[in-house]
Amino acid sequence: MNAPVPYDHEIELSNVLERCNAAARETAIPSQDELPEGFSGTLGHFPVYFPEEIAHAAGLLPVNILGGGNKLEMKHADARMGSFVCSICRSTTELGLNGTLQGLTGFVTHPICDAAKHLAGIWSRNLPDQLAQILYLPQNVNTPGAARYIAAEYQRLRADLEKKTGRAIDDEALRNSIRSYNVNRRLLRELYRIRRDEPWKVSCTESYLLLRARTRMPCEEHNALLARALDAIRHRSLPAQDKPRVVFVGGFCEQPPLEMLEAIDEACYVVDDDILVGLRWLTEDVPETGDPIWALAESYVERSDASPVQHDARKMKEDYLMDMLKKSKADAAILTAAKFCEPGLDEQLAWSKHLDGENIPYLVLEFEEKMTSFEQMAMQVETFAESLLFALA
Amino acid sequence: MSTATVQHPAPTETDDFDPRAEGQRLIKDWYAQLETANARNAAVANVFVMGNAVEILRAFDFELVFPEINSLQTGVRKASEEYIRLSEDYGMSPDVCSYVKADVGLILKENEHPAGRIPKASLAVASNMCGTFIKWAEIWERWLKTPTFVLDLPGQRAAGWQVRPGDAQHAADARWVEAQFQELIVQCERITGKRFDMDKLAEVEARVNKMVDHWNNVMALNRQCPAPFNAMLDGLTYIGIMNVHRGTEEGVEFMRRLEEHLKAKVGRGEGRVAEERFRLLFSGTPCYVSMRRLVELFETWGGVFAYSDYLTFAAGGMDATDLRYDTSRPLESLAEVTALAAQRGLSNQFFAHERLAQQIKDYAVDGVVFHGIKSCRFVSSGMADTREFINKRLDVPTLYIESDLIDPRYWSDAQIKNRVDAFFEALHQRGGGAPLARKTVATA
Repeated sequence: MNAPVPYDHEIELSNVLERCNAAARETAIPSQDELPEGFSGTLGHFPVYFPEEIAHAAGLLPVNILGGGNKLEMKHADARMGSFVCSICRSTTELGLNGTLQGLTGFVTHPICDAAKHLAGIWSRNLPDQLAQILYLPQNVNTPGAARYIAAEYQRLRADLEKKTGRAIDDEALRNSIRSYNVNRRLLRELYRIRRDEPWKVSCTESYLLLRARTRMPCEEHNALLARALDAIRHRSLPAQDKPRVVFVGGFCEQPPLEMLEAIDEACYVVDDDILVGLRWLTEDVPETGDPIWALAESYVERSDASPVQHDARKMKEDYLMDMLKKSKADAAILTAAKFCEPGLDEQLAWSKHLDGENIPYLVLEFEEKMTSFEQMAMQVETFAESLLFALA
Repeated sequence: MSTATVQHPAPTETDDFDPRAEGQRLIKDWYAQLETANARNAAVANVFVMGNAVEILRAFDFELVFPEINSLQTGVRKASEEYIRLSEDYGMSPDVCSYVKADVGLILKENEHPAGRIPKASLAVASNMCGTFIKWAEIWERWLKTPTFVLDLPGQRAAGWQVRPGDAQHAADARWVEAQFQELIVQCERITGKRFDMDKLAEVEARVNKMVDHWNNVMALNRQCPAPFNAMLDGLTYIGIMNVHRGTEEGVEFMRRLEEHLKAKVGRGEGRVAEERFRLLFSGTPCYVSMRRLVELFETWGGVFAYSDYLTFAAGGMDATDLRYDTSRPLESLAEVTALAAQRGLSNQFFAHERLAQQIKDYAVDGVVFHGIKSCRFVSSGMADTREFINKRLDVPTLYIESDLIDPRYWSDAQIKNRVDAFFEALHQRGGGAPLARKTVATA
């Protein structure tokens, strides 16, 4: 009989990260044969936020469609979208046209920007068998009645999914899904707490891989992986290094390449970020009793995060950036925007002007998911970090 | 729609109306009025052409600034580059909307505009119909401290989306829009110090009804062959009045006289071009710095733009609703029409192939010209894919050109001329090009 292998938190974390890395880098979706137990299909959704609980309760695996990264060869989309459209919309179109996303049951996009809304039209023209639609999450969440409108929109989606799958989504199934996602929310909040309090224990890149893995696996499997990862991270005894603490913003939709995050990790502790903020949009647990659709809608209005593509009079963009800086005790900000992302570029300028006024150091970076050369960016980040350390000394 | 030989309606009044001159006069008067608005302590609102609640604002006597029109006017007056460069020097990206950049340039020039001084707004209303509207309004909100109301309009959700007045979906959407109107009214009361007057709203709506009736007839007249106006030249003046004078007596009178004028033209068998050979549909926005030149490139070949989707979405989309305001219940009706216009006349841009397929038939066009621009993702992002659909599935010839709304740096005359010429040669090869006045065309 073999002796039990002693628990090694580094090996454990490495195993979890390996699984997450594979899931996070996957652009394909599970085929019908590969679907996890309990799921009959996949529902693709575009950033930023989508109420995955509704798809989950319908037996559809929610799959966050995040473009093609920097490994995708563009064969079709260049002829179907103008050269001025951002990479994530173009590569998502490519994945639709080249057959990678052929097996989706449906594809849902949102009114985050005009290019994103056009994806529903492109889908309907080229993949007419899929349920392609825009979930009209409101840009006004301040008027009384916003939650009621969102609830009606969620009910519409629920009915469309029921019709498409032939399976009723009852309230209890929705509550079960909410419970699973609440566990996920708690685990992710803990991950980000560690990032803020002990950033030497988990890098931005590791945290990103742990988070992004949810885009290709059931919430329950992700919960198990996160729990293992958090336990291992807590046991880590890495020494704190002399690195400046920074906040990273601009990753709410198109994803910065991993190499870019690694370059930043080399020089800085990223103590908070907005990367994939849609996957942790609801900032507190969703009520697990009562009307589950109302619980989700009301949570969207009352207990949600912020992004440059959501107008909310209670969350001025400068305020939430300042809040992130303050809560994470950051020394500076890295203000990024994806190339051709109009809302991101507008916000980047506004933020930089505000930080000028507040005398807070920042670095402006523009990225593209398909970029492959990072030397210059790494040098910029390193110089920025050194200047911060010099100033802070 | 029926297919019949052209019937020329009889002219009904002496035709001494020059729409272009009258349109220019009204725009000039509007700018002159704005110039003194702050000095008169008038309430001023910044609004956009899509989803703007103008009827409510007029009921509170707001004077209306259309920043999009300010920006396009810098282009028409050949001054846009100066404003755009100012904003880029300030830090704005070359990859964002040139309308926004011209407006930021205007702020940097302390509101000095080629048409006059633009007043400071006491309120901004931005809808979600174009994502840039909201980011644009946020600039005023931060920089100028302009109170901003974001009007969220539920759009067309999917292809084949059928919403009819009074059905459950329309009722739910209208209820949400009405809730927002009620909040906007409270905000207007606070800003102006006036009580909301429902009767006044009904009066504005009655005038809008008349304008839209005339406007629908004007557009239908261009289904005649030869087309009495060019949608992308004359039409631009018309929609300027549809926006700036929406709900005013001057607006109603302009549209009434315009309809009479065009009816008379049709009655005389007079088209926009001397010999109409090709009927075309223009999809997208104008290039205001070179629009006259662009139209000339087409009219030289006998090509006239009988219709453009710009005339629908840039004029609020009401012509697509088949619904008039019910002035006996003004607020509910405003919400119902606004919700329907948002879906049938504005956000249907994201499923453009559906309405284009219909409009190609309605206006009996020989081809579709797509104008893609970096400045406007609302019209341009899905355009190349829509073109593929129109070309391949409907077998309708198309042309795709790129420039910009107002940034002259994106206009390449030789390149565009080559593409236009090649397009017409291809149309000729398909057997087109005979004078169309003798042909049978579709009429409404």
